[in-house]
Amino acid sequence: MQRWSRAARTPLGIVGFGLLAVTLFLAVFAPLIWHRQAGDYDTDNLLAGASGEHWFGTDNLGRDIFYRVLVATRLSITLAVSATLIAVVVGVVLGAAPTLLGRWIGRPLIGLVNILVAFPGLLLVLFFAIVFGVGAKGAVLAVGLAGAPTFARLGHTLMAAVAGRDFVAAARASGVRPGRILVRHLLPNIAEPLIVNATIGAGGVLLSFAGLSFLGLGVQSPDYDWGRMMQDGLGGIYVHPLAALAPGAAVIIAGLAFNLSGEAVARALGVQVDVAWRAVVTPTRHRARAAAPPPADDVDPDLVLDVANLRVAFPHGGDVIRPVRGVTFQVRRGEAVGIVGESGSGKSLTALAVADLLEFPAQVDADRLAVLGTDLHDGTDHRHLLGTSVAMVFQDPMTSFNPAHRVGAQLAEAARAHQGATRKQAWRRAVDRLSAVHIHDPHRRARQYPFEFSGGMRQRAMIGMGLMGAPKLIVADEPTTALDVTVQRQVLDMLREVRTTDDVALILISHDVSVVAEVCDRVMVMYAGRVVEDLPAADLAVAARHPYTRALVAAVPDMHSDLDAPLATIFGQPVDPAHVPDGCAYAARCPLADRRCRTQEPTLTSGVACWHPGESLPVPHARDAREVDA
Amino acid sequence: MSATPVAVSERGRATDWWRNRWVRFAARRTLRLLVSLWVLVTAAFFMVHLVPGDPIRAALGPLAPADLVSAQRHALGLDDPLLVQYGHFLRGLLTGQLGDSIGSQLPVSQIIGQRLPATAELALLAFAVAVVVAIPLGVGVAVLTRHGRARRTELAFVSSTVILGAVPDFVLGVVFVFVFAVNLHWLPVAGRDGASSFVLPVLALAVGPAAILSRIVRVEMLSVLDTDYLRTARAKRLSGPRINLVHALPNAVTATLTVSGLLLGSLVAGTVLVENVFAWPGLGSTIVQSIINKDYPLVQAIVLVYGVGVLLINTVVDVVLAVLAPRSTIGVD
Repeated sequence: MQRWSRAARTPLGIVGFGLLAVTLFLAVFAPLIWHRQAGDYDTDNLLAGASGEHWFGTDNLGRDIFYRVLVATRLSITLAVSATLIAVVVGVVLGAAPTLLGRWIGRPLIGLVNILVAFPGLLLVLFFAIVFGVGAKGAVLAVGLAGAPTFARLGHTLMAAVAGRDFVAAARASGVRPGRILVRHLLPNIAEPLIVNATIGAGGVLLSFAGLSFLGLGVQSPDYDWGRMMQDGLGGIYVHPLAALAPGAAVIIAGLAFNLSGEAVARALGVQVDVAWRAVVTPTRHRARAAAPPPADDVDPDLVLDVANLRVAFPHGGDVIRPVRGVTFQVRRGEAVGIVGESGSGKSLTALAVADLLEFPAQVDADRLAVLGTDLHDGTDHRHLLGTSVAMVFQDPMTSFNPAHRVGAQLAEAARAHQGATRKQAWRRAVDRLSAVHIHDPHRRARQYPFEFSGGMRQRAMIGMGLMGAPKLIVADEPTTALDVTVQRQVLDMLREVRTTDDVALILISHDVSVVAEVCDRVMVMYAGRVVEDLPAADLAVAARHPYTRALVAAVPDMHSDLDAPLATIFGQPVDPAHVPDGCAYAARCPLADRRCRTQEPTLTSGVACWHPGESLPVPHARDAREVDA
Repeated sequence: MSATPVAVSERGRATDWWRNRWVRFAARRTLRLLVSLWVLVTAAFFMVHLVPGDPIRAALGPLAPADLVSAQRHALGLDDPLLVQYGHFLRGLLTGQLGDSIGSQLPVSQIIGQRLPATAELALLAFAVAVVVAIPLGVGVAVLTRHGRARRTELAFVSSTVILGAVPDFVLGVVFVFVFAVNLHWLPVAGRDGASSFVLPVLALAVGPAAILSRIVRVEMLSVLDTDYLRTARAKRLSGPRINLVHALPNAVTATLTVSGLLLGSLVAGTVLVENVFAWPGLGSTIVQSIINKDYPLVQAIVLVYGVGVLLINTVVDVVLAVLAPRSTIGVD
């Protein structure tokens, strides 16, 4: 109920429930109040137009159309609601059959329901209208039964989910009768979605009913509902259009009332619609450029990537979170730089930001962000530069290829887009690149679809895709995480081979310290959106100075690990980017942390951002004791 | 003994053949179509028998002489046992003998032959218009409103498509007649006479489906635009149109097609109402008249025609889906 009232306060809900309230009010009270006005014959004003006396004019017997539309609300709504009830009740009983009566009766029934659902509602209505004959009663039955298959399928799906749960199995095992299981156990658990769908369905039923009456198969004179009034008014549309249009408008409004109310509740129960971040951030991607230092004229030709004070921000529920908070680094020609850190440390966002692949609403600012000496934030289009010189390898090769296109075509299009290659040249290059990444039978493979490739092959093909141009930098975001160990090795070897043959720089993002130590020259350790240590890969195991780096290294088991001892882990939780503490972000988890660490944030100086770099760590037992105290 | 190896290899070949997923799909889909057709035909047959009282008496009216009623009943074979009647009915269907209309005494198949083309034209044209409008609109709005961009455009699109999708086609037809025919005199009020007479009925039928379909296209596009493979396409720095049309659209089409199949089915039924608004000489106006006049042979035949049309559309959609997205529809072994 609480959620229903919350639904009623959304804009959609206000409109929907408002219309519904008006409609229901009219359905109850209009006939009581305006019965006389709606029935009176004004023989001086037959088929009159709109006037002060008759707002919507009169019909061919001189009856006031405005009041007739209002009074017709009751019959229209009553008939629609009755038909909806029939549809829901018959539907639920049909849908419950497989759950309650077993599959021998239930499955053919559901098969029949599936066949019936495939027919448009109106066709079923006509079918039943033939059986039940012309008239309001027949029409209610017709519309109701025609709607039953839809609710049968809905009820079946919902109940099948509930019936699998333990309490239903327990009830059945203890011999509770099927009817009782339905009423006591199944219905309460599916009531909410059923009511929502019935509300939306009532809108549709109302329209069907109006259609049936409009065809002359529903309500018969002297009774009248909106559909009947439209039929009566259509003939005189030249003389008196309001006679047909006014009831038409009523049908639309009442239909929307049910529809929107149901939708509003459905949304409140289901997906939260996030409108909070509307006003928070306007895209100000390049705002920080004004404050940036002027680009150096003497660009170092060896510099592939130059990043200074890179920040990434996202609007988040009325606030702004900053997962990357000022990252500065450079990558030289042929150099391999690893970025390690736990999930949420901002390493992947850093990689996507330097590749210019973050999109609205992400907001990327940097004092300098340059690829091969070209500032990416200078306001011009860098598609060509990035398309030929920066290659990306993503984490999950299973989802990184487009399932709708052949692998070869997905490689070839890059050459067509950036190198002006003909279709044939591009295809030949694609086949050549596939063979360069050791894919056997590349001619045949190029013509296959991604789902015909294994994970490791796809990841190599992905690298081959990056090699279509003449890349100077490969950004590999967790390229081996989704692969099993033997395939990991192939992919890492592949990256190393590409790097040495073409003198390509590599940024390798990973949470796996051992992978990075093996492949890279230099390692950057990220924590809570900052680089906390930047050191040669060879020093990782022996000369790391930041307590976090040392904890990461210690967490990697090696050949000398004690197999009986529990694997080392890092105490505590990573920082939530929405609540970065003052001071050093790692302080809460750090055995060396003191007052200064908790208040003052250390900056990256001579490769480490720590107030106690290289100090010896207390023995693990001491930390365990502290943990207990805490 | 010598025959054994042959038999084994024969069986081997048969299972190979059966293992082909396309063969299995075709068999499954054909079976489904046949069962659906049988349900439809049987329902149409029993429809007349479910009518309370004597359908012939009801059709001819209370004043008809008793011997006329019994003669008519005999002519329609309603005196025979039910199973015999069912057999006659099935045989009639296979040979195209659908009986004569009680009202006009014309062969039912002749009436349908005259009326069906007008209805089919209307439904197919409306469907084409809906698809041609909905796909570019849905794609365009999806690209514009991604990740909460262009909030106002999104609000305008969503609210107008919700409202247009909820307006029943016959009400829209009446409004169109009032605005474009009665007031502006741009187009004819009713009838089927020349290209201009098609505009209003086709539009009245197409607007609602176009609104619904464009919303589906937008939602599908939005989810496809956030996939990893679209990020790959962006990482290749392809042009915007290429990313959206070549990489995203084909993957958004599966659900779109499923829904458009359903819409085409409901369009066929929707013609009944719209034909009555525009006095269109199709099946829709005929079925309503024959329901009111209780002309059961004619009603039975028209119900069958509509039903078969819908079943064929559903089957075609399934086959097209299987060809376009083989993995999702027929499954990979």
